[in-house]
Amino acid sequence: MTRRSDSVGAGLRPRRRTWNLPASEVTPEAIYLQRREFLSLGAAGALGLAGAAMAFSCKASAKDAPNGNFGNIKRGAFATEEKQTPFADVSTYNNYYEFGTGKGDPSDNAGSFRTRPWTIAFEGEIKKPRVVDIDELLGWFPLEERIYRMRCVEAWSMVIPWVGFPLAELIKRLEPTSNAKYVAFTSKLDPSQMPGQRRSVLDWPYVEGLRMDEAMHPLTILAVGLYGRVLPNQNGAPLRLVVPWKYGFKGIKAIVKMRFVEQEPPTTWHKMAPDEYGFYANVNPEVDHPRWSQAKERRIGEFLKRKTLPFNGYADLVASLYAGMDLRKSY
Amino acid sequence: MPPHAATSQGRARFARALKPAVFVVCSLPLAKLALDAFREHLTANPIAEVMNRLGFWALFLLIMSLAATPMKTLFGWTAQMRVRRMVGLFAFSYAALHFTTYLALDQAFDLSDIGRDIVKRKFITVGFAAFVLLVPLAVTSTDRAVKRLGFRRWKRLHRLVYVAASLGVIHFVWRVKADLLDPAIFGAVLLALFVVRLSAARRKERARVRAAVQAPITNPSFVPGAGHNPPPGGGIPV
Repeated sequence: MTRRSDSVGAGLRPRRRTWNLPASEVTPEAIYLQRREFLSLGAAGALGLAGAAMAFSCKASAKDAPNGNFGNIKRGAFATEEKQTPFADVSTYNNYYEFGTGKGDPSDNAGSFRTRPWTIAFEGEIKKPRVVDIDELLGWFPLEERIYRMRCVEAWSMVIPWVGFPLAELIKRLEPTSNAKYVAFTSKLDPSQMPGQRRSVLDWPYVEGLRMDEAMHPLTILAVGLYGRVLPNQNGAPLRLVVPWKYGFKGIKAIVKMRFVEQEPPTTWHKMAPDEYGFYANVNPEVDHPRWSQAKERRIGEFLKRKTLPFNGYADLVASLYAGMDLRKSY
Repeated sequence: MPPHAATSQGRARFARALKPAVFVVCSLPLAKLALDAFREHLTANPIAEVMNRLGFWALFLLIMSLAATPMKTLFGWTAQMRVRRMVGLFAFSYAALHFTTYLALDQAFDLSDIGRDIVKRKFITVGFAAFVLLVPLAVTSTDRAVKRLGFRRWKRLHRLVYVAASLGVIHFVWRVKADLLDPAIFGAVLLALFVVRLSAARRKERARVRAAVQAPITNPSFVPGAGHNPPPGGGIPV
């Protein structure tokens, strides 16, 4: 075409006024509003990142007095002195398939996830099954900081300062019966908010489980925050499990149900590929994933891989739980 | 652009612009990678991200290069035939960078680990095999190599690309943990391209057999149907 399409009024075609839009070209209100949400989200994200950068750059002071919305939180036991993975990395590199299978999908898609109102159902072999509001639950226990290594089954790792409370404290309060041999956890199922659940990549909702002695172990916590602030949605808000001697996928996110049972409960990745992911999923450099080695890991932020430690470096605390078990069979 | 609208001048301009344009397009993923590396936008695990992206584009471009002939078969397009070699070489380049990233950045040249990986991890075994198969093809990609080998032998050698692409898809399938969508799309496209090639080859073969059967007949016009029912693939250049 030789004529510029914007040549003034000279075209044979009647020119359309710019304000004379057909209905088909009007952005639906819902999308327009989403756009606003997206913009504010972007702004919030930028602020979060800026905050993270600041938190990272003045970590020395942050270490003395963890700031953020939890106020002063006491440092709990078992803290590693290793360099902590920056907040920006912890909150943008996530495996959380409910929000998409890309590492950046959870931080892109979880921003508007609603974590209030939120209830957790306690069921099964306990004295008084009940449904508890998250804010009530948060009032039950003092929060503490737990700085743990996190080893992903994909052979990378981080060091994360979680905020949470020991799962054992909660279990004691729920008074399990003698039939309670395992705890079965269930994640939120809500495809309207969790776009990854619209595809059956995994069998939704995500479920996980622990043996009772694992659940009662002092290392095992339920986390509600990290870096002294409320848990970002992409990290499993409002409530997630952290079991530092197991691969990351055991750390179920957005928990809505805990059921105390007698039999070993089904777990999502084990159902998906039983020969690749076991119920125990203890970090073990000796037992490779069938498709890749678990002998080494890349600590996020480091170039050279480091050796993976048995039980992720917590062997002296947890190895006795598995005495007499063949860890090649019970992987 | 519809062919009747194209002037011979326009066609010449299109022909001149095609190669540089395809060169630029094939370089874009690498440029994006460099830009993202510079801006530190390669996730918290940049080595994994670089490897994933390079591998993706290697396989993507390899399958694109394999689409050239089926496009000609199906639609009679021919322009892509002139850039097929370039796209193939870009695919090889991305594969070489992907492999180098694995060697240098991911494994830091730990040869014992790399050897163990190639032997023990079947997704690495097939990925490595795919790359090894591409090397002789890249080496013999020049006009001179075609002449030296003779077209028939050169063509037979270059059939390895089908094996390499198939292994590439298997490499991708075995790599992912649960989300098979991307490898499945690559696999489906490759399969479709194979189907087009095989059915075209079969039509050609049938036409050849028919021609051989009809050859002894002195006057083909007496054969009922001849001329009215040309073999289905008859008019399609392969």
